[in-house]
Amino acid sequence: MRYVFQFGIVWDHLPQLLNGAWLTVRLSVAAFLIGFALAVVLAFFRTSGSRIVRLTITAYVDFIRNTPFLVQLFIIYFSLPAIGIRMEAVTAALVGMALNFSGYATEIVRSGIDAVPKSQIEAGYSLGFDRLQIFRHIVVFPALRTVYPALASQFILLMLGSSIVAAISAEELTAVTNSLQSTTFRSFEFYFVATGMYLAMAIGARLVLHAIYWAIFERGRPTAHGWAR
Amino acid sequence: MSRDFEWPELLFLVGALRWTILLSIVAFVGGSIGGLILAVARTSSYKVVRWIAQGYIGLIQGTPLLMQLFLAYYGLAVLTGLRLDPWPAVTLAFTLYAAAFLGEIWRGAIQAIPRQQWEAAAALPLAPAAQLRYVILPQAFRIAIPPTVGFLVQLIKGTSIASIIGFVELTRAGQLIVNVTFQPMIVYPAVAALYFVLCYPISLAALRLERRIDADLGLAQRR
Repeated sequence: MRYVFQFGIVWDHLPQLLNGAWLTVRLSVAAFLIGFALAVVLAFFRTSGSRIVRLTITAYVDFIRNTPFLVQLFIIYFSLPAIGIRMEAVTAALVGMALNFSGYATEIVRSGIDAVPKSQIEAGYSLGFDRLQIFRHIVVFPALRTVYPALASQFILLMLGSSIVAAISAEELTAVTNSLQSTTFRSFEFYFVATGMYLAMAIGARLVLHAIYWAIFERGRPTAHGWAR
Repeated sequence: MSRDFEWPELLFLVGALRWTILLSIVAFVGGSIGGLILAVARTSSYKVVRWIAQGYIGLIQGTPLLMQLFLAYYGLAVLTGLRLDPWPAVTLAFTLYAAAFLGEIWRGAIQAIPRQQWEAAAALPLAPAAQLRYVILPQAFRIAIPPTVGFLVQLIKGTSIASIIGFVELTRAGQLIVNVTFQPMIVYPAVAALYFVLCYPISLAALRLERRIDADLGLAQRR
């Protein structure tokens, strides 16, 4: 059987696809910011909280990392209403993405904290800093610098993984593509173009993340050739 | 008159778990073959071969798994002109996906082998393929084990999205049970628990292996 590809119809619906892609970007950035903030807090308490706090955080991280994102999403969107917690699909998607991201980011941030030399922390104590001050003034910045590449990769995974929230019909790029292909019967063409859009977003995100790294960590640092600008 | 979530329902979930496991194994085995070819291609001395492998890996790692699944599903339908059952599509998509990730992991392992080992292998009367087979790969294999085991967890969790195109594995079975019991508060946590039971020991094993190999390599000062 011969199949004739028709990409013209995809072009006609481009504005809807772009709208969906824009929601994908906003969801990913928001989930990153919330999840990352949560991860820094969790990583702090995981390294310096009481035993019970540490165990709770470890259990949370292990649960997130050893169950599928899709099932976590179903629990948030379909299970929680049974105990009175109801959310719109987009909110549930954001909460799910942020919590999922926090699980992975906690591990990453913690590994960065572990990599800060002990002598620097001792130096902090000898200056009379308390734990929070040491964390805030000595540990955080070098730790984040160490783990920035891992966090950046995790962000890309977050953005690509966000396509799964289409399963609870949050109207991001994948969900928009789903509904367009089901009304036009041009499934392959729509998914092909949407995949290309995700690829472009992933490449774009990489470039932006590189620029951010440079702006935060490289600019104004002494280098072998003098001062970086 | 809905059913409750009781033993038969739980057994249905456990039964569906075998499809999750089967799909994971097929994708892992298929992906290992593809991944080995990709890893060797990525470290090849021919530029074009390296580029093709790199392009493939970049394409798979730069697009959502769910989209790859849809493309495999509808792409196969276009090729054969009929609506397929999901199994060929999911095995194809997950195999291609696993190949890219394993290829990248193993490339890292191959490149972690010190240059001197390559030079030593070249100094022996070994053909390039034999250098790889007898000198480099056995060493790279050790380094590669922990991340490979770690990826297996990622793969198992990833198979849950096969439910979206209607393949009945654990997650889809959970949805089906919810449809008859109306008890998502029990069913989805139960599904999550089953995944956890499957994945957590593998995660622990990966961590153990990593620590052991780090210790062997003398990198474990800080742990």
